[in-house]
Amino acid sequence: MSEMAHKAESSVPLLVVENLHVEFDTYGGTVQAVRGVSFSIEVGKTLAIVGESGCGKSVTVQSMMGLIPMPPGRITAGSARLKGNEILGRHIIKGRDIRGSQIGMIFQDPMTSLNPTMTIGDQIAEPLQIHRGYSHAKAFKEAINLLSMSKIPEAAKRARQYPFEFSGGMLQRAMIAMAIACKPSILIADEPTTALDVTIQAQILDLLQDLQKETGMAVILITHDLGVVARMADDVAVMYAGKIVEQGSVDDIFYRSAHPYTLGLKLAMPTNDPAKQHKLNPIEGSPPDLFSPPPGCGYCPRCPYAMEICDRQQSDLIALSGHHASRCWLHHPEVTQRPEDLTYAEGQR
Amino acid sequence: MTHLIEAIELTRYFNIGRHQRVHAVEKVSLAIAEKEILGLVGESGSGKSTFGKTVVGLHDKTSGQVKLRGETLPQHYRPADFQRYASRMQMIFQDPYSSLNPRMTIGEIVGEGLRLHSSLDDKQVKDRVAEWLVKVGLQAGHMSRYPHEFSGGQRQRIGIARALILEPDFVVCDEPISALDVSVQAQVINLLGELQSTMGLTLLFIAHDLSMVRYVSDRMAVMYLGSIVEVGKADDVYFTPKHPYTEILIGSNPEPDPELERSRPSTAISGEIPSPVNVPAGCRFANRCPKVMPVCRDVTPELLPLKDLDRQVACHLYT
Repeated sequence: MSEMAHKAESSVPLLVVENLHVEFDTYGGTVQAVRGVSFSIEVGKTLAIVGESGCGKSVTVQSMMGLIPMPPGRITAGSARLKGNEILGRHIIKGRDIRGSQIGMIFQDPMTSLNPTMTIGDQIAEPLQIHRGYSHAKAFKEAINLLSMSKIPEAAKRARQYPFEFSGGMLQRAMIAMAIACKPSILIADEPTTALDVTIQAQILDLLQDLQKETGMAVILITHDLGVVARMADDVAVMYAGKIVEQGSVDDIFYRSAHPYTLGLKLAMPTNDPAKQHKLNPIEGSPPDLFSPPPGCGYCPRCPYAMEICDRQQSDLIALSGHHASRCWLHHPEVTQRPEDLTYAEGQR
Repeated sequence: MTHLIEAIELTRYFNIGRHQRVHAVEKVSLAIAEKEILGLVGESGSGKSTFGKTVVGLHDKTSGQVKLRGETLPQHYRPADFQRYASRMQMIFQDPYSSLNPRMTIGEIVGEGLRLHSSLDDKQVKDRVAEWLVKVGLQAGHMSRYPHEFSGGQRQRIGIARALILEPDFVVCDEPISALDVSVQAQVINLLGELQSTMGLTLLFIAHDLSMVRYVSDRMAVMYLGSIVEVGKADDVYFTPKHPYTEILIGSNPEPDPELERSRPSTAISGEIPSPVNVPAGCRFANRCPKVMPVCRDVTPELLPLKDLDRQVACHLYT
């Protein structure tokens, strides 16, 4: 795709997700895993979706990729439009499956996400054969190219090997090669480095950034590691209990945290900046049970600033500045006094 | 300074057949002072967990010694040895899901040590267990429940209660927080810190989260492919690393600060940790080291104290 085309498209978001709701039926009842998530991503940008386990971040992207098993899963509402085309619930657009061609995905655990009985080269060649109609020989040759693009040494030899002959970091590179084989416009990376050591993580993050520069693809990065977010993201969406509680640019989220949960996460982590040393402030308690989500804000029982209304009704996302928004009553225009920590955060705005 | 526990040239190999063996831990000497928290960091496969398990006797020692208050511990633990030392040395495991027996109630899990190692009767054991459950932030009523009824953070609290109920002197914490969410990590770390100071515990804190190790530990040791490459005060090692490997490891640690991340160059190094089966001659880091010299490939550097610094480094750059 030419540079011109990128520029022309960048004014319109590449992907727009609106009001996504996903439920799962279980023996214990219905879990409302995602409860109204909206976000958009532009060409060439990186959006990080951050949150704790069970907050719905993986389910959000899986539902876009049609990876939610139905039943027991169910998308009850919402839409996701890729370049204007609805992709929720159907992945064939103009006769082609967008999965693997328009949207690539890499998973958390490279050891279990690849087929152990196929060579790495064949696995990377497969999407090219399916989506592009390449012959096996041509696709395999391209697979070797992709492996060397992912900086795997001796790519031609490695392409004939099986996953068990690769280390974790190498497998993650192979999976990236597979995901970008058909030059997708979006790459979804679901905790791509969680299973890897920091030195290997640094290599993989560098590789992702290089490939993004080369191909101009957008990246949706799912992670719980705020360090990785700071390193990679342009925009951030913080999820809690199935909803986005704060979104904005990476600087908004880190330097002007507006939602008490975002602030809580930051204070729960040790900092290595000698000027900002603090004692760890854990967030007491645990996230709400999504079998019967509370009517109010899910963070209310753990929130040090909770007010009476928080228990009954959750605020909408309140716009703060630019596209920075927070789902918290404290930012309602009628609130005159805000707690000191958050006013402090605002003072820097 | 009195050392509570001291490893002297501790070595642990694993035979894997065909006359091959994994050099998991090779001649590691490390002493931990009374009431000190020593953080041990390194990549997976560096031997940090094996070291921890060998120190408490869960692995036999291939060679070398471990001394507890000057008393040499057995090379191979027989059941009687565990009986003897378990009340003084304990371990907290990484995975709170697989380290609790799913068929035992919390009361049985936490109380088992007391039943085996003390002369308390059932009633007293029960009271003590209840007391400890409250101490770690659970409720006495949880005693009759099973592990599957608890979240990851709660299970790790149960693991902590199980390890500490015998009031040991020394506890190995093997990645106690890496399976937990950020907000819960802080809960568990604060709990450990509180108990450490009130009980005067000595901890070996094994983890790969460098920021957390720096926060928790008094001293930090960095391990690479079975040997220690650098030891010193935690802040000093973190902020002024001396060994090239430490430098790279800390440079790879992403900081939750976008401006800092944008401004600093990428420190990713090529290559991966070599197999501990065929350990290279000379310095084990030589093949990945950006500052490698000819001598590094022939002579294994020893862990030596640096001049004017409270630091030990195993690198030819400093000899």
